Amino acid sequence: MSATTDTGAALPRPKIDFAPALAPFLIALIAAPLIGSTSTFITLTFASLAMGLMLFTMASGFTLVFGLMDVLNFGHGAFISIGAYMATLVFAPLILWSQADSLALNLGVILLAIVVAAAVCGALGLVFEKLLIQPVYGQHLKQILVTTGGLIVVEQLLYALFGPDTIPLGLPTSLRGAFHIGDAAIEKFRLLAVVVGLVIFVGLTLTLNYTKIGLLIRAGVENREMVEALGYRINRLFLAVFMAGSALAGLGGVLWALYREQVHASVGQSLTVLIFIVVITGGLGSIGGCLLGATLVALVANYAGFLAPKFALVSNIALMVAVLLWRPRGLYPAGGR
Amino acid sequence: MTALLSLSGVHTHIGRYHILQGVDFEAAEGKTTMLLGRNGAGKTTTLRTIMGLWRASAGSVAFAGQPIAGLPTPSIARAGIAYVPETMAVFSGLTVRENLILAARDGALDDSRLQWIFGFFPALKKFWLSRAGSLSGGQKQMLSIARAIVEPRRLLLIDEPTKGLAPAIVGALIDCLKEIKRAGVTVLLVEQNFRVAQEVGDDVRVMDNGRIVHRGSMASLAADATLQNRLLGLSLDAHQ
Repeated sequence: MSATTDTGAALPRPKIDFAPALAPFLIALIAAPLIGSTSTFITLTFASLAMGLMLFTMASGFTLVFGLMDVLNFGHGAFISIGAYMATLVFAPLILWSQADSLALNLGVILLAIVVAAAVCGALGLVFEKLLIQPVYGQHLKQILVTTGGLIVVEQLLYALFGPDTIPLGLPTSLRGAFHIGDAAIEKFRLLAVVVGLVIFVGLTLTLNYTKIGLLIRAGVENREMVEALGYRINRLFLAVFMAGSALAGLGGVLWALYREQVHASVGQSLTVLIFIVVITGGLGSIGGCLLGATLVALVANYAGFLAPKFALVSNIALMVAVLLWRPRGLYPAGGR
Repeated sequence: MTALLSLSGVHTHIGRYHILQGVDFEAAEGKTTMLLGRNGAGKTTTLRTIMGLWRASAGSVAFAGQPIAGLPTPSIARAGIAYVPETMAVFSGLTVRENLILAARDGALDDSRLQWIFGFFPALKKFWLSRAGSLSGGQKQMLSIARAIVEPRRLLLIDEPTKGLAPAIVGALIDCLKEIKRAGVTVLLVEQNFRVAQEVGDDVRVMDNGRIVHRGSMASLAADATLQNRLLGLSLDAHQ
């Protein structure tokens, strides 16, 4: 055996791109003097953080599915709606837990709703992938048509099953109201949403970086053909990711339903556009980018809603256009995309 | 010597193009078989067809006596075939270590085998925790080959490993290919660099227009300048 040349010149130090990560701070810095009141600024910023983490929870599955298999799933919102309705199904028989003056029982009913929604949406994700997605691999136009059709069908089924009216969903007793720091109000449920969102972010990050499944997903996002040539059945991996993404959408649906304290079949469809903006802004296939995109979208929506309500309607589109002019592939796209 | 790989009447269509037009050849076990030919002759398509990345529209591919045409690519890989594509296809967002962990499908990295690889590719040890995307072209090629041999495989399909690399790195790759051969691994190697082919090849198959047009030993082709000119349009002297 012969030792040979090319121990290699020193590699260039990897350049860490901090600029996109500073964007939320920049937006907050710009908004703070315009808002004027410190307490209002804190209240709005925390509300944005909570909204951002809920959007992240719903969008993370979408970005992985697109990143891994190049599948545009316009039906992702269907799982958000289903998750929201699962919350009403769990809360209805457990109304005593929800209304009890016990934090443990209150959190218990939410945890149960999350588990049921994630399980049901994960299982339905399996059916959705087998029936609708598999036949149209590699055909973007058909994916858009078929998955949009799937979203409409699910929405109509929800109308048929639960009726056309908005269903109220009250927050559990312990999560009503807000903590006050000076004049700033931190709503209790939003605090819970932040915690849940952060747990999901940390869990996904650890899974992607420190497990073999995570390595496979990251490798598959870059080059799925080579992953197959190494001997891995990427279709099975994709199915698992699709189910996990659907489960996360369902979980996000529970949080969103509690956040809005109401459920309607169109909730998924209305959030789909926002999720697209989050994923495109953050960079396709990237969990970190997804979190950053969701935070930016939420900050801009909340600040604009307070400062210029009429502008709020187009603020997220404006944000996406600005980001794409700056970074055409989004803020932190996954390798090669 | 028995054939580990044999192709018989293999046709491959890519879209409306008929690329492989009845490829027949065998690769003997434990030997390095060179697949030579001009650009566009169908060499890469042959490797990708064996690997199942493109489907053969007709004909048969057998590995160790078992038919593999029509099997999904992961099954072909798990049968014991490793593929090093022309593009190297390292996972640039993953570290060198992570790239090799993925290649070691069924368990942890074998330390003695890693040391064997580091013996001819020391750069991989040096940049063990660096992202593959930050490696030079030559280092990426080393990683791509290391990924194919990090666990024992019976057959390596390697597509133009020296393309665009500096001479010093080509030397390292030649040493590696000789070492792989000494380890008894069968190699099917597509190569445009005739010097490399001459140094590592045992047998040679020359392709033209999607067919095998010459079979023989590498030594006899290297010794016959007229044949080289006729088959490959090159002179060995010009490549030395």
